[in-house]
Amino acid sequence: MKIVVCVKQVPDTAEVRINPETNTLIRDGVPSIINPYDLHAIEAGVQIRERAGGSVTAVTMGPPQAETSLRDAISMGVDEGVLLTDRAFAGSDTWATAYTLARAVEHLGADIVLCGKQAIDGDTAQVGPEMAEFLGIPHVAYVRKIEEVGDKEILVQRLMDDGFDVVEASLPVLLTVVRELNTPRMPSLKGKMAAKKAVIRKLTLADIGADENSVGLKGSPTQVKNIFAPEAKKDRRMIEGTAEEKVEALLHALRELKCL
Amino acid sequence: MFIRVNKERCSGCETCIASCPYDAIVIRDGKAEITEMCQMCRACLSVCPEGAIGEIGEASDVKEKEEGRGVWIFAEQRDGVVAPVSFELLGAGRKLADMLGTDLSAILFGASSSDAAELFRWGADRVYHCADDAVRGFADEVYAGLLSDLVRQYRPEIVLAGATPIGRSFLPRVAARLRTGLTADCTSLAIDVESKNLLQVRPAFGGNIMATILCPHTRPQMATVRPRVMKRGEYDASKKGEMVRVSAEGIQTRARVIETVKEVSEVAINLQEANIIISGGRGVGGEKGFNMLFELAGALEGACVGASRAAVDEGWIPYRHQVGQTGKTVSPKLYIACGISGAVQHLVGMQSSDIIVAINRNPEAPIFNVATYGIVADLFEVLPLLIRRIREVKGK
Repeated sequence: MKIVVCVKQVPDTAEVRINPETNTLIRDGVPSIINPYDLHAIEAGVQIRERAGGSVTAVTMGPPQAETSLRDAISMGVDEGVLLTDRAFAGSDTWATAYTLARAVEHLGADIVLCGKQAIDGDTAQVGPEMAEFLGIPHVAYVRKIEEVGDKEILVQRLMDDGFDVVEASLPVLLTVVRELNTPRMPSLKGKMAAKKAVIRKLTLADIGADENSVGLKGSPTQVKNIFAPEAKKDRRMIEGTAEEKVEALLHALRELKCL
Repeated sequence: MFIRVNKERCSGCETCIASCPYDAIVIRDGKAEITEMCQMCRACLSVCPEGAIGEIGEASDVKEKEEGRGVWIFAEQRDGVVAPVSFELLGAGRKLADMLGTDLSAILFGASSSDAAELFRWGADRVYHCADDAVRGFADEVYAGLLSDLVRQYRPEIVLAGATPIGRSFLPRVAARLRTGLTADCTSLAIDVESKNLLQVRPAFGGNIMATILCPHTRPQMATVRPRVMKRGEYDASKKGEMVRVSAEGIQTRARVIETVKEVSEVAINLQEANIIISGGRGVGGEKGFNMLFELAGALEGACVGASRAAVDEGWIPYRHQVGQTGKTVSPKLYIACGISGAVQHLVGMQSSDIIVAINRNPEAPIFNVATYGIVADLFEVLPLLIRRIREVKGK
């Protein structure tokens, strides 16, 4: 079984704050981490290999420093790390990112492609399903349980708003996974040693045979027009006074608004 | 187009570094440099005191805009019941169509003809309805294949779907296939008066910043829209429209649903439908504190109790009560946040509530930034009083 896990290095968004005066992001000391959902994809990949044999390759697209996330993946049991890096990939939106990753996966070959359900910086959840379309394979999003992995088919549970679906898909397949799927393991000592020694393979635009007009900013249908801080409520009011006065003022306001 | 630093002007002051949400600026040899992480958001342009950062256009920027006409919304159904987000999309789509002087179509896969006709009354001028067995249940490849075919045939300029597990799963396949842009989880949509482009606003970085996204050259412009954010339009019982039957015949799928299991707790449903939610956070202090919240909810009739992640993690109340990024998104008429500090992850799940009352001991708590009414007070002093007074008022 050949398994490819796609990972993304992201800023720890829980630590990101907006400076309300300058309207800019405060990211001093904000660490870069592996996207948390991707840890579950890595764990799933390693578990499938433990049962069915084969290999797990982690792929990331990003600048040279994204290599760290691949070493982290190797420390969790992944066999190999592949870094997709090329100036031409700069400014990719989800379409171009998915296209580029798909070309890389095609280059590597895979029976099962695993992705986290979304990255916590962009929160789009689009790259996985878009990749599946570019690869011409089926996908199942929001996988919360992998029930069976066969040679030709896979049986999984897909999380829905009102419960879950049991879905059978033919291989090769792409899955995006949610947190409920598993508990990612801590790196073992052996894993840490392997991560340290690992040689990270680097692939460029030419290596994966991608069309230069379909990658990076040039290949991206969407553009960021601008960014801004979320609006604060305009008509907000602080209610002052003693506890009794506050409660009376609140009751009055709620009655005016027909909330009571 | 790309962003460039004029090295002659750059003083190496590093002001731009903090402005970049994508960590795409580094200082090399004492000068700022834009790396490949750059997403062209232009946040750095205005902050540079030397005016050293600019954008440079390329010949390929002047692309011809593809043609398209009409606004489409995807009306999602599950078990034959049209999802509420479909009516919200019709409300939003109607406004966009009117601004563009064009018509509004709804796409319905599954459900009945009378469900399809109902979509006219919520604002659609035309409904493309597929009643084939193949689309009753959700199948990514069938939905994506059929919608792509329809788009190729009729060429709409805008396609919207709900940012639900269904919309967020199959729309990306459509965008990939049609080689066009898709913007996820939008919270606001508008039309740029000059260019007629769709302005798609969405939160990023866990809601810490908002971004306006454009799809300037390719058509259709596609977006998924967060449920319970857009308002439904007017219901007109007499409105009719054009019904177009479509077929999914010949579209194959390699992923089949074997079984569907319902697993929704009463509370989760009630939370999303409740007019009033009383929500508690770490400041509630424990199960006893939550009992007080349940008492207040009882006094208000039909009110539900919600919770922040902090309270759920403490084990004071079950997960199904959780509101926020990893819980439920709610937008009741009245949301009373008790002892909730207001982490962004919580705010994104409740800030579209009509009226927000925040009660917290800490006057600096971020929850006050989104509150309609803020009360700095001890919960255990204010809530019992509030419960008593509400009972008195209601008793009259």
